[in-house]
Amino acid sequence: MNLHEYQAKALLARFAVPVSPGLVVNQSVEAAPERLPASHDGRWVVKAQIHSGARGKAGGISLADSPEAVQTQAAKLLGRTLITAQTGSTGLPVHQVLIEPAVAIARELYLAMTIDRQSQRVVVIASAQGGMDIEEVSEQNPAAILRLQINPTVGLMAYQARQLAFALGLTNSAFKQFPALLRGMYDAFIAEDADLIEINPLAVTQENHLLAVDAKITIDSNAAYRQKALFDQRDLTQEDPTEVAARSSGLNYISLSGEIACMVNGAGLAMATMDLIQSAGGQPANFLDVGGGTSTGKVAAAFKLILANPRVRAILVNIFGGIVRCDLIATGIITAAKEVGLTIPTVVRLEGTNAAEGRQMLAESGLGLIAENDLAMAAARVVSLSNGVAQ
Amino acid sequence: MSILINSQTRVICQGFTGKQGSFHSEQAIAYGTKMVGGVTPNKGGQQHLGLPVFNTVHDAVRDTGANASMIYVPAPFAADAILEAADAGIEVIACITEGIPVLDMLNVKAVLANDYPEVRLIGPNCPGLITPGECKIGIMPGSIHLPGRIGIVSRSGTLTYEAVAQTTAVGLGQSTCVGIGGDPIHGMDFIDCLTLFADDPQTEAVIMVGEIGGSAEEEAAHFIAEQFNKPVVAYIAGATAPTGKRMGHAGAVIAGGRGSAEDKFRALEHAGVRIVRDPTLMGKAMAELLGHIRA
Repeated sequence: MNLHEYQAKALLARFAVPVSPGLVVNQSVEAAPERLPASHDGRWVVKAQIHSGARGKAGGISLADSPEAVQTQAAKLLGRTLITAQTGSTGLPVHQVLIEPAVAIARELYLAMTIDRQSQRVVVIASAQGGMDIEEVSEQNPAAILRLQINPTVGLMAYQARQLAFALGLTNSAFKQFPALLRGMYDAFIAEDADLIEINPLAVTQENHLLAVDAKITIDSNAAYRQKALFDQRDLTQEDPTEVAARSSGLNYISLSGEIACMVNGAGLAMATMDLIQSAGGQPANFLDVGGGTSTGKVAAAFKLILANPRVRAILVNIFGGIVRCDLIATGIITAAKEVGLTIPTVVRLEGTNAAEGRQMLAESGLGLIAENDLAMAAARVVSLSNGVAQ
Repeated sequence: MSILINSQTRVICQGFTGKQGSFHSEQAIAYGTKMVGGVTPNKGGQQHLGLPVFNTVHDAVRDTGANASMIYVPAPFAADAILEAADAGIEVIACITEGIPVLDMLNVKAVLANDYPEVRLIGPNCPGLITPGECKIGIMPGSIHLPGRIGIVSRSGTLTYEAVAQTTAVGLGQSTCVGIGGDPIHGMDFIDCLTLFADDPQTEAVIMVGEIGGSAEEEAAHFIAEQFNKPVVAYIAGATAPTGKRMGHAGAVIAGGRGSAEDKFRALEHAGVRIVRDPTLMGKAMAELLGHIRA
């Protein structure tokens, strides 16, 4: 789960990571001049809060040189939909704006923590070349990326923080500040079940102080049960509504841009099914993992999700009936298809225990469900059906 | 022969009396697995499915000589269950539970590496493992398996079943199938399984099923090139998955152009692995590779 910048900064502040005093405004809370955080030079930064980077280039971040300008610029952003390089063409709605005093920055660093699968450790990734796309830096100049691993038995050690501070070229007050900042970041990572904490840029101000100018935090969804306060802050307006609806039905759905919907049990098999659709000349409209069990209720919910997408021209259902017998799955599919009034061409591939019985039930259902037992044939069939409908 | 488990393996179930634990223990018993009991705290002394229930894994090991465990306890308690099994001396631990916080697994792996280096952890978030005709520990359908020649190691659940069904269909059968799970931090990986398959005379060749994300397949490719001498067929799911999207609980995500299916296919091909881009052809490709005529 992603946090907004203002939520991430509030979290980091609780762990003594230096952030600017900020004011969050929305449609009902105005950026009244008396509420603005104090600014040295009478300038403020006005930042749209959306779950995306690259906001600056999309017009989501601006500098205001008076309280009036802050108000105008904030009002202009609120309610707008921002399209950035990362949001896709639909963009994301701006419901909050963060206002912070402008800062005179001497240097911009990159600092992040995440989990490295290979070493199975929390790793710190840092670079003296902050402020820009870190993936670009790592491609063009891998040596500019510093990494260190944290052993969970002892946690972050002071020597590691010193090492990194030296490597980043920090001096005097910024050097002294750095270990506590990194420690706070690590404590936050562990205590809040983060997947990622990224501070980019971490500014060295002209007064040689460290300041988290932007922050991005992702929380491990598996930890929702013990991070209730954070998950209460989840902003569903920043997520695909179909994906949100899917989650509430216990389904795993991701919208894609093609015209052939698929419904599969298991994430790996779902991806493999998408691959097959593409190699047969079609484009998948979604990723959809209905998980184990595949009850009638779940299948019906899955059909509803699929049918809500107007681009869908054909459906491929691919279920490997393991523990759940295929005849029971077929019953679920038939019931669900009747319930939602399925009219789009639907190819069903059932494999596993009692597959033959299941296929026969589908064929005799009178619903026009097309049973295929070979997965490659099923993919080819659904692609040709989608073309037929399109013509 | 086989790897990890066989007809002599003495299996317990943690979370034995729960819905999942009961159902899959019943299935395992029906398959012929030597189940010797189960653990549910505060239900010790009872009988369940005709087997004794114990309060602790230590009690179960002491009274039954159990050496393998399958774990179905809910995610918040799964890390605890894994370490309890390890501490009790269980050698093969299959954790089926999905949804365990990644930091829990990070800590579990650190403790296992330090205090219980001999323990074999499979999973979490996996279908488990099976030696066909001998021992089934997990949620896979027993009926699709056939005792035979191919070792299968896979990051994905239902895609493992595809590989199994296909090798059964061509008559090759399986020695042992291990679903290693798709979580970012998990127990045995491809290389651990390949190392065991290398020394298993029953295993003539291996099918590897990978997914986008991470670099486990690339590392396995390196290992195969350096020191694995049996034929390998590999498929990687997710060639068409868009960058930066997390495809389900499998944790399959491509970040920054790394871990793409193409990268993995290339690395494996370079290592001499027979790659298949069509997941329906894993069994056929293996039969071709081994010069196997359908039995």
